[in-house]
Amino acid sequence: MAQVLHAATRKGLLTYRPGKGGAWRLDGTAFLGEPVSAALHDARDGTLYAALDLGHFGVKLHRSEDGGANWTEVAAPAFAEEKDRPPPDPMSGEWPPKKEGPSVALIWTLAPGGADRPGRIWAGTVPGGLFRSEDRGESWQLVESLWNEPSRPKWMGVVYDQAGMHSVLVDPRDSDRVTVAISTGGVWRTEDAGGSWTLFGNGMRNEYMPPDKMRDPLSQDVHRMAACAVRPETVWVQHHNGIFRSEDGGLNFTEIEAEAPSRFGFTVAAHPKKPKTAWFVPAVKDQYRVAVDGRMVVTRTDDGGESFRAFSDGLPQENCFDLVYRHGLELDGAAAHLAMGSTTGNLWVGSEDGAKWAHVAGFLPPIYQVSWGAEA
Amino acid sequence: MARISFTGHLTRHLACPDADAPGATVAEVLEAVFADNPRLRGYLLDDQGRVRKHVNIFINDEAIADRDGLSDPVAEGDEIFVFQALSGG
Repeated sequence: MAQVLHAATRKGLLTYRPGKGGAWRLDGTAFLGEPVSAALHDARDGTLYAALDLGHFGVKLHRSEDGGANWTEVAAPAFAEEKDRPPPDPMSGEWPPKKEGPSVALIWTLAPGGADRPGRIWAGTVPGGLFRSEDRGESWQLVESLWNEPSRPKWMGVVYDQAGMHSVLVDPRDSDRVTVAISTGGVWRTEDAGGSWTLFGNGMRNEYMPPDKMRDPLSQDVHRMAACAVRPETVWVQHHNGIFRSEDGGLNFTEIEAEAPSRFGFTVAAHPKKPKTAWFVPAVKDQYRVAVDGRMVVTRTDDGGESFRAFSDGLPQENCFDLVYRHGLELDGAAAHLAMGSTTGNLWVGSEDGAKWAHVAGFLPPIYQVSWGAEA
Repeated sequence: MARISFTGHLTRHLACPDADAPGATVAEVLEAVFADNPRLRGYLLDDQGRVRKHVNIFINDEAIADRDGLSDPVAEGDEIFVFQALSGG
């Protein structure tokens, strides 16, 4: 199987394939000019999915059976239309009355539904809905139990105007056990494929909230959540104000106190076989959101967060403004390489457990997601 | 019958030739068009059936007033234009 690397960017889906001498070459551009908000290579059947944010014309989902050469538009997740329209306001005389009701503004993440659920795909959206397809995106159902959760009015839009779901983790041992994270609306767990939900995410701390809400699980600004494949109880979170680790599947978290260049960042990648190993890309927080001291580094812990090593080999070490978003760091299936893409349009591949990095391409559009694929 | 035409930018994504369609309101005319081109609905209207924020619909030379309900009346021989506001970089 040959590795393929996809970059979902502001201006299309870029596909890289191995070239001569270990280099990567751009070998396909799909949806040129269109923002691609998420990409998924489904290893179960080799299908490639691309979520588009057309702006003027809404959110779309496309599917490719041939590695991105040809695409078919399939259904996009959508909220049901609320038929009741409010009556005109007799006091203001305003006409016409405005229709309330949600509309999907962004597909933020796509996740395959487990080895024993072929065809099941999860989509996390803005606003913070979770949608499930059982037919490879031909149709979608809103997971109403979570959307109708009584606490949802307390969820906050901190990234976009509305809260958004960015992380969907399917337990490799039980495909109906799914853990999701919402910015900002907490970490939630279902044991029955979305029939019912339990609020997880205890133990995290959000400094920008008022004191009595700082530890409220609903108020946690999880930026990205990742779990170890062989030990899904180990869950890593890159949070707005720190790094947290759970050893019980995300129910309870412990704050990681070890010093790294910064505890702020957006992304995390978990090693699939080593529960104590995870990667982060630190940045300067809040109003800056750039690489620390103009130097790009990737940090790795191998001891569950007791300590971190910072790696800079192959990464820019001066005048660097790169920021790596939530879905901008991904480990390949064999845990041999990491891919990393930045908002300033740089794309790297990391080897030796993230100790060495090779610059694949620069001058790209802002990169929203990197996604590994494979083809025969 | 009203004559309805669409921005050329839509043709990047799907075919939507000019059409003559029946209907006493914009909603009815669009429904007649969507019957033959169901994928077009999601490009023009959001999940709640509202005109998407950066899509504009004119009847002759007047922008429609009811972007949420599309109840603006359409007369025989009216021309409806669907276009977009290009923006961003």
